[in-house]
Amino acid sequence: MGWTRKVLRVNLSKGTCASEPLNMEWAQKYLGQRGLASRYLVEEVNPKVDPLSPDNKMFFATGPLTGTAASTGGRYSVITKGALTNAIACSNSGGYFGAELKMAGWDMVIVEGKAKKPVYLLIQDDKAEVRPADHLWGKSVWETDALLKSEHHEPQMRISAIGRAGESGVMYACIVNDLHRAAGRSGVGAVMGSKNLKALAVRGTQGVKVHDFPKFMQAVTAGKKVLAANAVTGQGLPAYGTQVLMNVINETGALPTRNHRDVQFEGAGRISAEAMREKRVTDGKANLVRNQACFGCTIACGRISQIDKTHFTVANNPKYWGAQGGLEYEAAWALGAATGVADLEALTYANYLCNEQGMDPITFGTTVGAAMELFEMGVLTTKETGGVELKFGSAEALTKLAEVTGMGEGFGKEIGLGSKRLTEKYGHPELSMSVKGQEFPAYDGRGIQGIGLAYATSNRGACHLRGYTIASEILGIPEKTDPLVSAGKAGLVKAFQDATAAVDSSGLCVFTTFAWTLDDIAPQIDGACEGGWTAARLLEMGERIWNMERRFNLDAGFTAKDDTLPKRLLKEAAKTGPAKGKVNDLGKMLPEYYKLRGWSPEGVPTNETVTRLAL
Amino acid sequence: MRYVLIGAGPAGVVAAETLRKADPGGDILLLGDEPEPPYSRMALPYFLVGTIDEAGTYLRKSETHYDDLGITFRHARAVRIDPAGKTVALEGGESVAYDRLMIATGSRTQRPPIPGIDLPGVHPCWTLADSREIVRRAAPDSRVVLMGAGFIGCIVLESLIKRGVKPTVVEMADRMVPRMMNAAAGGLIKKWCATKGIEVLTSTKVTAIEDTGEARDPLRVLLDRGAPLRAALVVVATGVRPNIAFLEGSGIETDFGIRVDSHLKSSVDDVYAAGDVAQGPDFMGGWSVHAIQPTAVEHGRIAALNMADGNASYQGSLAMNVLDTAGLVSSSFGQWQGVESGESVERMDEARFRYTRLEFDGERLVGAICLGRTDQIGMLRGLIQSRVRLGDWKARLMEDPQRISEAYVASTHK
Amino acid sequence: MLKSLHIDPGKCTLCMQCEMACSYENEGLFNPAKSRIKVFDFHDRFVPYTCTQCAEAWCMSACPVDAISVDHATGAKVVSDDLCVGCKVCTIACPFGTVNYNHDTGKVIKCDLCGGQPACAEACPTGAIAYVDSDWTGYDKMRRWAGKTDSGAAQAHA
Repeated sequence: MGWTRKVLRVNLSKGTCASEPLNMEWAQKYLGQRGLASRYLVEEVNPKVDPLSPDNKMFFATGPLTGTAASTGGRYSVITKGALTNAIACSNSGGYFGAELKMAGWDMVIVEGKAKKPVYLLIQDDKAEVRPADHLWGKSVWETDALLKSEHHEPQMRISAIGRAGESGVMYACIVNDLHRAAGRSGVGAVMGSKNLKALAVRGTQGVKVHDFPKFMQAVTAGKKVLAANAVTGQGLPAYGTQVLMNVINETGALPTRNHRDVQFEGAGRISAEAMREKRVTDGKANLVRNQACFGCTIACGRISQIDKTHFTVANNPKYWGAQGGLEYEAAWALGAATGVADLEALTYANYLCNEQGMDPITFGTTVGAAMELFEMGVLTTKETGGVELKFGSAEALTKLAEVTGMGEGFGKEIGLGSKRLTEKYGHPELSMSVKGQEFPAYDGRGIQGIGLAYATSNRGACHLRGYTIASEILGIPEKTDPLVSAGKAGLVKAFQDATAAVDSSGLCVFTTFAWTLDDIAPQIDGACEGGWTAARLLEMGERIWNMERRFNLDAGFTAKDDTLPKRLLKEAAKTGPAKGKVNDLGKMLPEYYKLRGWSPEGVPTNETVTRLAL
Repeated sequence: MRYVLIGAGPAGVVAAETLRKADPGGDILLLGDEPEPPYSRMALPYFLVGTIDEAGTYLRKSETHYDDLGITFRHARAVRIDPAGKTVALEGGESVAYDRLMIATGSRTQRPPIPGIDLPGVHPCWTLADSREIVRRAAPDSRVVLMGAGFIGCIVLESLIKRGVKPTVVEMADRMVPRMMNAAAGGLIKKWCATKGIEVLTSTKVTAIEDTGEARDPLRVLLDRGAPLRAALVVVATGVRPNIAFLEGSGIETDFGIRVDSHLKSSVDDVYAAGDVAQGPDFMGGWSVHAIQPTAVEHGRIAALNMADGNASYQGSLAMNVLDTAGLVSSSFGQWQGVESGESVERMDEARFRYTRLEFDGERLVGAICLGRTDQIGMLRGLIQSRVRLGDWKARLMEDPQRISEAYVASTHK
Repeated sequence: MLKSLHIDPGKCTLCMQCEMACSYENEGLFNPAKSRIKVFDFHDRFVPYTCTQCAEAWCMSACPVDAISVDHATGAKVVSDDLCVGCKVCTIACPFGTVNYNHDTGKVIKCDLCGGQPACAEACPTGAIAYVDSDWTGYDKMRRWAGKTDSGAAQAHA
């Protein structure tokens, strides 16, 4: 068990819902969530498909530990071909929706085709139905959430939806569940919007069973103790959230600032975790209200914030003066450092809008950063921006663009393209800080060498969550490596990538791996699932998943040329801090990485590798 | 002190137990006029289905419960009360003396005055004896006509279906459960019944019942409209009335039931009343008979405390009912009909048989109806009876009345 | 001394470990929909909520078949599945809404303090739910509310 062994197949073109058995042979090879859904994608979707065409499919997938008492066991992922990247996309989300889907009895929902008119998918335990959503189209995620709960007399229903961004073709639109948790990256929300699918509304009351309850509970209890005893998961994350990193990364000289022109941000302290906890002069309250956990999570890194009542963003817009999902590190960085804006309340507001209308704050913020650079160069003028003085550091510009982009209006349409398409349109593709069309997150590859390689080789475009070498290079987990040294990073990146692919397939949150190794995770999976799961088996499975994703991208048309970084990271040295004078040594690391992966110099998995991994 | 309690339903039994606690040395006599140990009418439907045996209906499970507490339980029927002489006359000529008396004689079913109402095979469903007879006659696949779709009718209906009979429900009013549900909710219950293959005829009267003498489904039930119905059994559930006839001439003031004050005392000294027979203060400041289990036990407890020289005052009964009609659970609370110049909000999901209606008086909730919801419905009682001011939550409930539990916890756990 | 559940919403993170522990302990699987403890989400405040085992015990007195009784070891009001007929009267009688009907079994469910080792308190990672000596708890607040609903207030005994 662990699996419900049931897949819901929804054909939007026909308006049908059908239940089918989970492919258990694949489940034994790919476990669940990311790995298993990707296996389905590879089987069912032509890699060359236009992501926004009806032929693309979406897989909303839980893992075998989703909906169990395992700490953080509430994750689900959306797997599809990404609108932003044209590569395989797998966006992972917490909150409560994934567990609810599992409680309703489904391991996975496969969405095919395209509805003629807006629809939403209603799932109540075994029953599933495609229903008209004309009344929801044009509504925000938050409005949709309230309307569906009320309409169905289910206050405990969980909703995963797109907002106006997903409807209006923002290329990095995300899918938001439980108001402020998101399957955030690669434009999975844009794919959903292209299918005229507004939301999934789920109520599950059937519960989740595991294979061996006593064994499982023992492993789960042991795992929770490890998380509690660990300084990062037991103290740092609950108190400060991921924002604990802001000052740390800035001091490391790896906080990309103003579209990666700088690697340190003079305003970092003002947008950091510490700043969120500081009492404001105006009302004596802190920006941070409290922390919140996702389903089953004993870490509880989530932030709940409230904007200063006197701040210009809410002064005329009191609707946003209420406790909402606050700034995580990536969002604070992208909305702040990447744009040079050091106004915590403005960033919080922009983050609300990203949640409310469903767009990835990383790509949004970095795209605004790129646009600001174009504006300062004079390539963009107030004529294009609709009068917005798009200067680095302008909180007014940031919040205005968040408003118009979320609504898909005016210059927001251009910002909605993402930095790659935007900078290409204006003749400066070198200013897009992205890989495979997806923008960097909050670590600079010059100051932290390994993460540069992780970005360049990430199967979903630039991403920290495919191989979080920061754990080793900055935090010393599982052991400290020098961030400025590139030697040995190829092996580190591969190890992180493979292990993460396994964790992402389980239903657990990757943040557990600050404290857990696969040796802590394997017994939990083994208690939940039949088949005998060991750490070694999980690691091999992770490698299998990585190679499967790679082959999908190769078939989609990507080549080794796409495993690269923007010129700025390879040629323009860091100006300040410990990494002053450094560029990223990708040229040295990449060949070694291919070799360790068992790939040809062209980045293609060799026959031997394919056979070894039973692909 | 000698306490006599007439009636061994929940009010009488709870009163006896409360008296024992409040007055350890008192002499307690509990009278019941049915041959069985004190049992619960609420449990009869489950006896009909066979979920429980007769013993499962007993209010207290230990055979020596009353002896253990020093409560004398007697099978006897009171026929007259003499408040001046402080005695109760029993059927058979005996008379017992009391210092304090409680009348908890409950209610009995009304039989509509129509031809054939006394035929064999025409039964109320009120006592264990009735239930045994219904079990005997309601063979699987036989036809049963249920007269009355009130609370009792619906709850019996559930049991009949589970027994595998083919029931037809005949209700005079324009909807099902008219005393507990509004038109929308009653209509939805009827629709639900239709999906379960149960025929429900509303706005229809039974005019006569005839015995055809045939072996199968011998009864013919004539209606004021439509074709007659055939049945092996007619269950009469057309309402109940307080059992007060025997009080005539006693000087104890009665209206619909026995008028009692907030101490549950009747118009006569040392005579109290509780349960279905008592017309006591209600939560809205009026005087009502609320023939429901929670009121019966509250009455029993408070009356007993006062009988034992305590000073307990009753805040008033709140109408509330929960009903399972062939699997559809409905509940109603308080002033579900609404109050003058009050506000209301409702949500209906016909396809899924869900309905919620809330009635407000200013910032306070005063009544509610729920269909298809069982979670935390007790909070509706909590919200109404604690008279909590809802503040911001009033607007939120007007927006989405489903958020009852949130409103409750937010308003009461600040 | 009797113990009771002490709930501190300030420490609750809405992780639902209590609901899973409760449903596992009582139903043998992870199913918050069947949990006897519920956590309410008020966006800026999360409130775990369950039966206070109140002295008034409306559920117990309203039960027509004596299916709810006091566990004298813990003070918990406990439903006997053997006796419960599923009439649901307790679910409307309890003004806290902490007795609920289980459609699958046709019986009601409520917190029974797990016989003295509440699984919710053991699973709570932050100490928001603790099982402590009764006079130490903040239950008084909830009990004051109980008083407001009490149909028989002011029982000054002569």
